[in-house]
Amino acid sequence: MSNTDIEIVVDDPTAPEADSPAVTSTRVVEIVVSLLLLALALTLGWDNWRTGAAWDSTGPQAGYFPFYLSVILGGASLYGLVTAFLSRSEATGTFVTQAQLRRVLAVFVPTLLFCLAMQFLGLYVASFLLIAAFMRMVGKIALWKSLLTAFVFTAVMFVTFDIAFDVIMPKGPLEAALGR
Amino acid sequence: MEALGLLMHGFAVLLTWKTLALMMVGLVLGIFVGVLPGLGGPNGVAILLPLTFTMDPTSAIVMLSCIYWGALFGGAITSILFNIPGEAWSVATTFDGYPMAQQGRAAEALTAAFTSSFIGSLVAVLLITFLAPMISSFALKFGPPEFFAVYLLTFCSFVGLGREAKHKTVISMSLGLLLAGVGMDTVSGQLRMTFGSSELLRGINFLVAVIGLFGISEILLTMEERLALRGHAAGISLRVVLSVWKDLPKYWVTLLRSSFIGCWLGITPGGAIAASFMGYNLAKRFSKDPDSFGKGRIEGVFAPETAAHASGTSALLPMLALGIPGSGTAAILLGGLMVWGLNPGPLLFVEHKDFVWGLIASMYLGNVVGLVLVLTTVPIFASILRVPFAAVAPMIVVSCAIGAYAIQNAMFDIWLMLGFGVVGYVFKKIGIPLAPFTLALVLGNRAEDAFRLSMIGSGGDMKVFWSNGLVGSITTLAIVLLFWPIIDSVFGRAVRLVGSKNNSLSKT
Repeated sequence: MSNTDIEIVVDDPTAPEADSPAVTSTRVVEIVVSLLLLALALTLGWDNWRTGAAWDSTGPQAGYFPFYLSVILGGASLYGLVTAFLSRSEATGTFVTQAQLRRVLAVFVPTLLFCLAMQFLGLYVASFLLIAAFMRMVGKIALWKSLLTAFVFTAVMFVTFDIAFDVIMPKGPLEAALGR
Repeated sequence: MEALGLLMHGFAVLLTWKTLALMMVGLVLGIFVGVLPGLGGPNGVAILLPLTFTMDPTSAIVMLSCIYWGALFGGAITSILFNIPGEAWSVATTFDGYPMAQQGRAAEALTAAFTSSFIGSLVAVLLITFLAPMISSFALKFGPPEFFAVYLLTFCSFVGLGREAKHKTVISMSLGLLLAGVGMDTVSGQLRMTFGSSELLRGINFLVAVIGLFGISEILLTMEERLALRGHAAGISLRVVLSVWKDLPKYWVTLLRSSFIGCWLGITPGGAIAASFMGYNLAKRFSKDPDSFGKGRIEGVFAPETAAHASGTSALLPMLALGIPGSGTAAILLGGLMVWGLNPGPLLFVEHKDFVWGLIASMYLGNVVGLVLVLTTVPIFASILRVPFAAVAPMIVVSCAIGAYAIQNAMFDIWLMLGFGVVGYVFKKIGIPLAPFTLALVLGNRAEDAFRLSMIGSGGDMKVFWSNGLVGSITTLAIVLLFWPIIDSVFGRAVRLVGSKNNSLSKT
């Protein structure tokens, strides 16, 4: 077995450390999710009951089908809640470590900002900013490469969707200035 | 042989430069999506779906299904060269594929993988060609109770046969069915579960949910892991291809067995991933030399890849014939059909002959073209992995956003997508399966309509689901499948009890 012919190597300098402490255990998350689902089931069940979950002369009312689904969802979440409570915390393992969470947030927060920015700047400008900033700040890639990649990708998207396929995206002041 | 004539007609529909070009574009995009970490078949199809909104349905489905074939092919590249399964069903391919690459036989392993994928899907497409028209013409006789029984069967088999904890499958499925009901009720016109929000009036769009659940959540998950890669480069020469093909007849039993397993599990909802493992395990069990598996045996690549592709392809059979998707990706394609104004189900074969046979013909052609394409371009695609994920991740986010927005031109959908991204991330980490959710969301309204129409027809009598032999047996089968784990364990224990009694009797 020779490993000499390994030719493609990609490093990950900002990889999460393996020994990072846990933020929370899977068990806790399971309990929280079960509680949320239970709350959702109760809310939807109540709403459907209000809509009418019985029978009338034309057959089942609008809320009938979803009402019983809420009951099933509630039952299953309750079961999940009980099994999560009874299980031992060590057995279920870590949900996420601190280092992992940091990396996940490093994608999630920019995505959130991108969605916000999209409403004011339009999709294409927001995309350019997202890609360039993400590559530069998270990927530690050279500034000119980041800017160039972001520009080329955004331009290709604009040509494909806006010009070739006529799929209209949210637009902002820049597009207005350019008369599109 | 009516099917053959119609198939030829399908080829005629297909053989225009425009469709062929779209096919190539779809395949390249698909392989791209299959190779990139953090994307895969369902994600790729979901994100690229908006591109097809302005096309005619036939071109659109040809391109989308080619993305799907491409993604299936692409998954094998990373499994073999990098030991990273791009998809759940490529996991079994790494068992023998990666050791082969380590021994410097990467080209051989890749050829084996692509060839067996091709064979697997060819068998499945043949099955679709001849079986789908028969099933759909049979299903034309179905009334609402029969349809509801078939939907019930689909849902129950997910719960009964799935590998995940049962209550988690039930949670995922009931949540999907509930969210499908949000918005205006199609029968009475009443508003349901909107809580006064005008944004929720439209309902929760299936594709928006899918883009969030699969696209955004997958990026969050991928970022958690260490993204360093070490892989083997590979170029495939004609000599290697021919030498592998020359040996193919030796493995016909393995190929055939895996194709059958794949087709069977592909048609059964929720079986696509199980197929590759089952194909691998059976090949190992029936081998004369089972210990050599896992150390770089070419059969260990043939078996799972054939099964995975056969199941991935045959999952389209129930979608076309009955309007019930057999896998997550098939569910997304089904969502696409509805966007283009086609009503999936048995009537499709009657009302949209061009479309159906064009699609089936594209399966044949797409796989041939795909095979040639991957065999010749593997080195290029393998080097895509050199692109840092920090550049890929934001591009995927942007594509997801474009996809989600384009469906209804609603900003609300972007937020919905983001929400589903978080939900998908958490669900995957605590083991709540997403496939039943997807299926339930796309089938929810149709299942409910079928139920209510049957109830209106029978005057509220549940016995309608056992009113004749056909609907009765489907409903009964559904209930048997729902409780299958319990039946299996009770029955198994009974058999063991009897067996041990017999043993002790024969000893005395």
